[in-house]
Amino acid sequence: MQIDAIRSRPIYPGLAIAPLARRHIFALEGEGAGALLDIAGSLTPAVLGRSQILYVARGSLGVGHHGALQTLGAAFWAAPTVQPLLGRLDVELSRSHMGTRLYLAGTEGFIGQAMQVAAAHGIDPASVITEHRGSLARRVQCVHCKGVTEGVTASPFVCSHCGLSLFVRDHYSRRLGAFQGVNIDAEEPGAVPPPEELYL
Amino acid sequence: MDTAYSATHRPETFREETFRGDFSYANSPENIRHFPFPFHEDHYRYSVNIEPHVPGLPGSAFEHLIDVDEHYVAEMADRAQVLAEDPLRYQALPHMMLAQWDTLELLMEEQARAYPHLFTLTRNGDQWRWINRPLGIDDTFTFGDRSTLPREPLDYICRQTQGDIALMDQRDGNLWMDAGMITAQADWSLDFDVGMNFHEWHAPVPLAPQMGVFDRALKYLLNLQLGKPVRRLNWTMTINPRLDTSPENYPKWGPDRTTVTPENVGQKVHLRVELQSLWRLPRSNGMLFVIRGYMMRMDEVVTVPKWGRRLPRVLETLPEELATYKGLSRYRQTTIDWLKRHDDGAPTSPGIFPD
Repeated sequence: MQIDAIRSRPIYPGLAIAPLARRHIFALEGEGAGALLDIAGSLTPAVLGRSQILYVARGSLGVGHHGALQTLGAAFWAAPTVQPLLGRLDVELSRSHMGTRLYLAGTEGFIGQAMQVAAAHGIDPASVITEHRGSLARRVQCVHCKGVTEGVTASPFVCSHCGLSLFVRDHYSRRLGAFQGVNIDAEEPGAVPPPEELYL
Repeated sequence: MDTAYSATHRPETFREETFRGDFSYANSPENIRHFPFPFHEDHYRYSVNIEPHVPGLPGSAFEHLIDVDEHYVAEMADRAQVLAEDPLRYQALPHMMLAQWDTLELLMEEQARAYPHLFTLTRNGDQWRWINRPLGIDDTFTFGDRSTLPREPLDYICRQTQGDIALMDQRDGNLWMDAGMITAQADWSLDFDVGMNFHEWHAPVPLAPQMGVFDRALKYLLNLQLGKPVRRLNWTMTINPRLDTSPENYPKWGPDRTTVTPENVGQKVHLRVELQSLWRLPRSNGMLFVIRGYMMRMDEVVTVPKWGRRLPRVLETLPEELATYKGLSRYRQTTIDWLKRHDDGAPTSPGIFPD
């Protein structure tokens, strides 16, 4: 759940079925499965018959939702990690037509990456239905080396690419699907405060 | 009127100087008086302060709408070096090509009109010839045909224009920063912000959002009319005359902030002013945002007695959150103490210009 207001950060209003869509694609990560299961009552046979669920359990403590999602009765596909799920999403969108609705649920980093895939197909981000579930971990781009570190739960943290100590600025780029990481000890090298677990 | 302003601003020679390494950048006495000092009263007040961008006091930075000064050639060389090291300082989303041509036209016309001894634009239908004497450029191209220029139009003209430049698309009741060349920025990243709307790219700015400043500014700008550009001044301070104070290179320039001592304030601490102008673009209905930067070290500032008196008074009244946001915390008091030696307590006249 979001606890602060950052004006560059997207708002994730929650999953709700768009009843008139000709096709529904659900890309769910970890605890994001619960976002769909919680609205199972609105999944009529007609909706389920036009639905495709893509699910990855890993990433945010999500285990054991395969069975519950499969029981819904829609077309179901599970990925072992986020990367193949994004690849499959890319394929599904490339074969989709007008009237397709995309639903994303899971951690913010996952939603951001899936949104990038959608944007590459010309989908307006405002039309994608999203819900943040699971960890508050952030996906962070190092402003210095441009490398992205996944699953950042503390600030400052060490960039997994260039090794600089970064603080996480409350500034989010939809295009990059990431927060901005800025060197914290640039002015006094070595003066790095202890990390705080802010994004568990 | 002071005799320094009796002649119009007409740079004939360009300083050989650097914005890194030995930091040989300096202002001539004429260029000090040309500087757009940003404080019109003795205390700090946050305001959007937008006004029509019309030709102003002869000799000042406001005389010509696109200002060229003695630093032109050196600034363009520094920009080229920044771009060679980090090509991501230039960004243009694909739908911005028409706005790129709009911008090329506007910047060529304004510079050629203001400084005919430096620039010449000859238009014959869509066959254009552009002569830039300070940089030794003479190119003929077809307006609207990107293959006839050595670079994309925005890339091409930004390398020949002082100041950072952003292009905004207007749609859905908002402005979207969808292109630009930003090599001399005060700690923001175009690579990170490109594609953001007005509220999104201002997200890190403290205080102003709560005051409704951005909502009002956006509403105003959405109605900006063709041929009626507007301007505002913004400011910060920089240690050493370094143009590239980007977040990308923060580890390179951040340590400079710890080097200020009571003895070197006059040389090291620079007032950095942005003369920001916003222009409606004719074909694309986009908006050109020119962030024209000026730097002046403290011992140049105090050669104008009015500015030497006013600056410490303003710095003392700056709210702490803004001092932190602008990165002044480490050296603000040292700078005030140094400047106070040049403030005899006399009253200052209203307005920004020297007496």
